[in-house]
Amino acid sequence: MMHTQTLQRRTPALTLVGIVLTGVVLAILPFVVGIAGQGWVRIMNFALLYVMLALGLNIVVGFAGLLDLGYIAFYAVGAYTWALLASPHFGLHLPFWAILPISIAVAGLFGVMLGAPTLKLRGDYLAIVTLGFGEIIRIFLTNLNAPVNITNGPQGINRIDAFTVGEFTFGRAETIMGVRFTGPEKYYYLLLAFVLIILLICVRLQNSRIGRAWEAIREDEIAAKAMGINTRNVKLLAFAMGASFGGVAGAMFAAMQGFVSPESFSLTESISILCMVVLGGMGHIPGVILGALILAALPEFLRAVVEPAQHMLFGAVILDPEGIRMLMFGLAMVLVMLFRPAGLWPSAVRKRELAQRKGEAS
Amino acid sequence: MDIFLQQIINGLTLGSVYALVALGYTMVYGIIGLINFAHGDVVMIGAMIVTIVVSSLVGADPNASAWFVMGVGILVAVPVCMIVGWTAERVAYRPLRRAPRLAALITAIGVSIILQNLAMMIWGRNYLSFPQIVVPEVYTVMGARISGLQVAIMVIAGVLMAGLTFVVHRTRLGTAMRATSQNREVAGLMGVNINTVISAAFLIGSALAAIAGTMITSYYGVAQYTMGFMLGLKAFTAAVLGGIGNLGGAMLGGLLLGVIEALGSGYIGDITGGFLGSHYQDVFAFVVLVLVLIFRPSGLLGERVGDRA
Amino acid sequence: MTVLLKAQGLSKRFGGLQALSDVGFEIQTGEIYGLIGPNGAGKTTLFNVLTSLYIPESGTCTFAGETLTGRKPHEVAHLGLARTFQNIRLFGNLSVIENVMIGRHIRTHAGVIGAVLRTGATRREEAQIEARAHELLDYVGIGHRANEVAKSLPYGDQRRLEIARALATDPKLLALDEPAAGMNASETVVLRQLVEKIRNDGTTVLLIEHDMKLVMNLCDRLLVLEYGKVLAEGRPAEVQRNPKVIEAYLGAGAAQVAQTVPGAQA
Repeated sequence: MMHTQTLQRRTPALTLVGIVLTGVVLAILPFVVGIAGQGWVRIMNFALLYVMLALGLNIVVGFAGLLDLGYIAFYAVGAYTWALLASPHFGLHLPFWAILPISIAVAGLFGVMLGAPTLKLRGDYLAIVTLGFGEIIRIFLTNLNAPVNITNGPQGINRIDAFTVGEFTFGRAETIMGVRFTGPEKYYYLLLAFVLIILLICVRLQNSRIGRAWEAIREDEIAAKAMGINTRNVKLLAFAMGASFGGVAGAMFAAMQGFVSPESFSLTESISILCMVVLGGMGHIPGVILGALILAALPEFLRAVVEPAQHMLFGAVILDPEGIRMLMFGLAMVLVMLFRPAGLWPSAVRKRELAQRKGEAS
Repeated sequence: MDIFLQQIINGLTLGSVYALVALGYTMVYGIIGLINFAHGDVVMIGAMIVTIVVSSLVGADPNASAWFVMGVGILVAVPVCMIVGWTAERVAYRPLRRAPRLAALITAIGVSIILQNLAMMIWGRNYLSFPQIVVPEVYTVMGARISGLQVAIMVIAGVLMAGLTFVVHRTRLGTAMRATSQNREVAGLMGVNINTVISAAFLIGSALAAIAGTMITSYYGVAQYTMGFMLGLKAFTAAVLGGIGNLGGAMLGGLLLGVIEALGSGYIGDITGGFLGSHYQDVFAFVVLVLVLIFRPSGLLGERVGDRA
Repeated sequence: MTVLLKAQGLSKRFGGLQALSDVGFEIQTGEIYGLIGPNGAGKTTLFNVLTSLYIPESGTCTFAGETLTGRKPHEVAHLGLARTFQNIRLFGNLSVIENVMIGRHIRTHAGVIGAVLRTGATRREEAQIEARAHELLDYVGIGHRANEVAKSLPYGDQRRLEIARALATDPKLLALDEPAAGMNASETVVLRQLVEKIRNDGTTVLLIEHDMKLVMNLCDRLLVLEYGKVLAEGRPAEVQRNPKVIEAYLGAGAAQVAQTVPGAQA
C-alpha cells in the first residue's frame, strides 16, 4: 500500500534474483515451447496479446473502476487501422513507425469519443452503453463495404503486411547469429517487448498522482470531487489509455495474423477480456496477467484434452468445444463473484473493498 | 404513406414484444437495482422450447389444431422460463444483494453467457424453424397490410400489460413490490417478505419473457441460441427510454422503440441517400440508448432523481 | 478584515420542499464562522450549495473575489474552499497517508508523462507530497497512524484525517460539517484547539455544529438558520439572546421567559 515508499527503497537482492531468473525463462521460452510445435508458439503470442488487452482493460475497470463491456472495439480499431494502412486493400504500405503511432492515436481518439459523453453515467448504464458501442463498431465494420468499400465487410482484409523494421521482417524465419528464429518466435520477442513496456507504464501509473486520483474516484467520487479532482477528465484519461493499449494490441494482431475480419471482435471477446481481469484480480497487475494467461491457455487446454476425452467417452465430439469454453467463462465469472470477488490474486485494497459489503448481513 | 402506416404497424407489433420483455427488466431493476443481463436469454429459452414442442407435436400429428399446439408449447415454456429465472436469482443474484454493483453486474453477464452456451450445446448452433401452423390472414387497412398474427401479438401483449398493471396496483403483492422498490429496508421492516417479492418479480418477468419468446419465434419463424442478446439489449433500451423502474414507461418505451426501429429501417435508405442500408437496423436501438442516457437518463416517464451528498 | 465569502439571496428547493430561502451572509477572512440551526434547517444544504454539489435556483456567492455559484464541484477546491462531510467520506480502503496525499492532487501537476517517465521533477514532487502529508497528519495529531487503513481508524481520528485531507488542498476557507458529532467532552476540547490552531495559522473556518458549548466558545460569529431562512447573524452572545433564536430552539414559552431576562433584545 505504501507504493511511493516501496519504490524509493532499493530493490532487495532476492527480488533481483527473481527478476533475472524470470528474464532468462522468458528469453528461452519460445524455443522450449517450439519443441512441441510452432502452433504452440503462436498460441503463446496470442496469450501475450491477451495480456496486453487485459492490462489495458485493467486501467479502465481495475484502476478507475469503470465497467467497459465494449473494450474489444479499440482492439478492432487498432487492427483495422493497421490493416487499412499496410495492405493491398487501399494499396498503402506505410512503415511501422508511421502506422503504429497512428493506430494508437486513432484508438485513443475513439476512447475519448466514447468516453466524453458517457463517463458521467452510473456504473451499470455505462456498462450497457459501452457494450452498445462495441456492437456498433462491429456492425459498421461488417457493413462499411458499400457504397464505398472501407472495411471490405464480412470478408475482412487480408494480405496485411507483417511488422517490418527496415529490412528486418518479423514474418519470415531467419537465422541470426547462428540461431534459427521462426516467424512466430520473432513475433514473440516483439510482443514481449510491448507487454513489458505496457507493464511498466501501468505500474508507474498506479503509483502516481494519477493512479491515486483513480483510486479516489473508485472509493468515493463525491469526496474526490470535493478534493478538487476533475473526475471527468481523470476518467477520460483512463479510457483513453486503456483504448490506446487496445489499439497497440490490435495493430500487432493485424500484423501478426495478416488478416482481420469483424468476427474476431465480437462481444464474446470483450467479455472474455473482462473475465480475465475479474478472475485474475481487478486492479492488481500481477493478478490480471495471471488471469489473462489462464484464460488464454484454457481454450487450447480444452482443445487438447477435452476433445480426445470426448472421443474416448462418447466416440465423438458431442459437446461443442467453443460452447464449453464460453460456458466455463460464464461459470468462472459467477463463481468468482460469489466466492472470491476480489479475484484469484487480488491486491490488499481490493480485498478490503469487496469484503466489506459481503460481510454485512445478507 | 403506405410505407409509413405499414411500418407503424410492424413497429407496434415488434414494440409489443419489446414492451413485454422490458417489463421484466424494469421490474427487476426497480426492485434490486440490477440490470438482469440474462433476461434476454430467458426469452430465447422460451422461444426455443416453444419451437421444439410445437415442432414435435406437428411432426407427430400434422393436423393438430394450431391453438392446441401453441397452447401446449406455451404451457411448457412458461414454467421452464420461470424456473430458470427463479434459479438465477436464487443462486447467483441473491447472495450478492449487498455486494458492490459491479459484482452483481458481472454475475449477471456470467449467467447470460451460461444460459446462451447451454442452449447452444443442447440445441445446436443452427436456426430452428417454427412450423407454419399459424396461417395468418392478412387484412388490408388503409393501404397497409396487417396480419392476424400481428393483431394477436398486440392484443395478447395488451392484455398481459393490463393484467400486470392490475396486479401491481390492486393486489397485496403488487403493493409489496412497489414498496420494496421504493425502500427495501423499510419495506422489510414493515413486514414485507423481501425475498418473496423479489422472487415474484423474477417469476412474473420470466413468464412474460416466455410469452414474448413465443411471439417472436412465431412472428419471425426462427429461433436460435443467440437471439436473446440483441432482443434483450433492445428491450432494456426500451425500459430506459420509458424510464427504468417505471412499468408504464417500459410499456411506452417498448412500443416507441419498435416504431422508431421500423420507421428508421424503412426510411434510412432515403435519409442517408443510400449510404446506410437497413442492416444498420440494430444500430438504432443503441443510438436511442446512448442519446437517452446522455440527455435524459430518467427516461420519458421517469422522475428526476438528484444526487444527495 | 476583508470579506472572504459573500452570499446573497441563495434559494434551493427540492420538489415541494423549499430548503433554502433567500439566504445571505458574509464570512470575514480569519474568523471562525459558525452555522447553526435546528435539524432540517438547511445547514448541510447550504454547504452543498456553496461547494456546488447542489445548484441553487437563485442567488449568488462570491469567494475571494471570484464567483462561486455555477462552478463545477471540483473547481471549488481549486478556488480554495475545502470541506469535510457530515457522514465522513474518507477513501476508506486506502491508507491514512494516501488519503492526505490525494488531497494534494490539485496543488500538484504530474501527469501521465511525468508518471511514466518518472522524471526528476515528478520524483521531487512525489517526495514533497508525501512529506507534506506526514506534516499534516502530525499537525492534526494522527501522524503515528500514517500507514493504517483509513476505515480502521477510531471515529475521532477519522474526523481528524478528513480535516487533514481538506487542509492538504491549501484552502483559504475550511468548511467543516459537524466535526464534533459523536465526540465526547475531551475529544471536543482537542477538536476546538485544532480548529483554533487552523485559524491562527491563516485559514478561515466555517463550521456547522450542534454542540452549543463548542459553538459559543469557538466561533467569532454565527449564522442561525431555521426552515431554510436566516434567523439571525452576529456574535454568539447577541445571537444567544435573540428571542427568535430562542424560540426556534426552545419554543415560544422559552422565548417569553427570555424576554423577561435583563439584557434581552426586544
